[in-house]
Amino acid sequence: MPLPDLEKIFEHKIDQEVKIEPRDWMPDAYRKTNIRQISQHAHSEIVGMLPEGNWISRAPSLKRKAILLAKVQDEGGHGLYLYSAAETLGMSREEMINDLHSGKAKYSSIFNYPTLTWADIGAIGWLVDGAAIMNQVMLTRTSYGPYARAMVRICKEESFHQRQGFEALLVLSRGSAEQKAMCQDAINRWWWPSLMMFGPRDSESSNSDQSMKWKIKRKSNDELRQQFVDMIAEQIKVLGMRLPDEELQWNEARQHYDFGSINWDEFWQVVKGNGPCNKQRLEARRKAWDEGAWVREAATAHAAKRNSRTAAA
Amino acid sequence: MNPFIRIFRYGDIPEDKSGAGIVSSQSKNDWPLWEVFIRSTQGLDHKHVGSLHAADAQMAIENARDVYTRRMEGVSIWVVESKYIHASNPDEAGSLYDPSADKVYRHPTFYQLPDAVNHM
Ligand SMILES: [Fe+2]
Ligand SMILES: [Fe+2]
Repeated sequence: MPLPDLEKIFEHKIDQEVKIEPRDWMPDAYRKTNIRQISQHAHSEIVGMLPEGNWISRAPSLKRKAILLAKVQDEGGHGLYLYSAAETLGMSREEMINDLHSGKAKYSSIFNYPTLTWADIGAIGWLVDGAAIMNQVMLTRTSYGPYARAMVRICKEESFHQRQGFEALLVLSRGSAEQKAMCQDAINRWWWPSLMMFGPRDSESSNSDQSMKWKIKRKSNDELRQQFVDMIAEQIKVLGMRLPDEELQWNEARQHYDFGSINWDEFWQVVKGNGPCNKQRLEARRKAWDEGAWVREAATAHAAKRNSRTAAA
Repeated sequence: MNPFIRIFRYGDIPEDKSGAGIVSSQSKNDWPLWEVFIRSTQGLDHKHVGSLHAADAQMAIENARDVYTRRMEGVSIWVVESKYIHASNPDEAGSLYDPSADKVYRHPTFYQLPDAVNHM
């Protein structure tokens, strides 16, 4: 079929809300955008295990430890769903991992912040998973079939993540003066980076927005961010804590919360690799990969040996 | 149409060298890819849920249990190496499925019956 026809069929499917599947023809740029986005998303799930993993051995109770283990295991699973979805577009798992380890591929900057106290684990569940859920709920309707299906599965698991985080903070917020202070401190440190997770303001994106036209993304950064602020500004009342923003205020005319301006310099610094933990995170991933090499080799050798035995029998 | 996407959205950090540059087929160091099918309850069909890498079938089943059934999503798992799956060609969807469009008599609603027996 000539290219213009293929392109017309593709555009028609997008218009009609028909999902694009791996073997369907798609424009090169659509394939590349999806590979980049899905693999970055996968890397974020995997690297995202590190800040929380930091507290597994120091969780305050066996119950909290079991919950945290389950959550971190979920994130590893999310990474796998997403790597598989990206692979359907033709990039191998190994290449994706290599790109992460070489620093060529990106992951969400939020995971380059440190987890200093136990309250950070609550704040991550509530704010970071909360922000991720806004994005992921939108992505269940993304136009690439395998990505959308992975998102449906992920969203089913995410709500537990946010709820356990909020509940952990709720316990602290009703505790001793020290526990309350710890809770407020974690919220202070995680609030602004959470808002940055949605990416730069829409007004700063001068190029035509192909991602929206192709329905890979279905809501703008600012729309999602506003939705998030409106949700959190209400929920924090239950905690009896405050968000570290003097300008946060309900706007009757807009029917939304107004909020202060984000420090975009910090955001770009972290994206470029100069966040508090960028180096540490990549080193931890490389170390895990290198130290697991013998397991991968042994499993391959074991499979080969078993195959040859069955073949001989 | 501008094929280059520069806009920055959450989960997508565009950069010249950010991972989507090289597209290749499976490399030789990867474990093979397996498709996973799960029966959610006794009596239902196995349904495709996704894929994963594993050195052999046993490991594929063990990994599938960890990755796809952490919340009692299944009672039985099938795995099959992806290379053994043969698929119909999406370009031939028309010639494959259109012929059944004019065979309405294959559906029960095609038959008008008297009210007395219409719940048949
Ligand atoms: Fe996740
Ligand atoms: Fe999560």
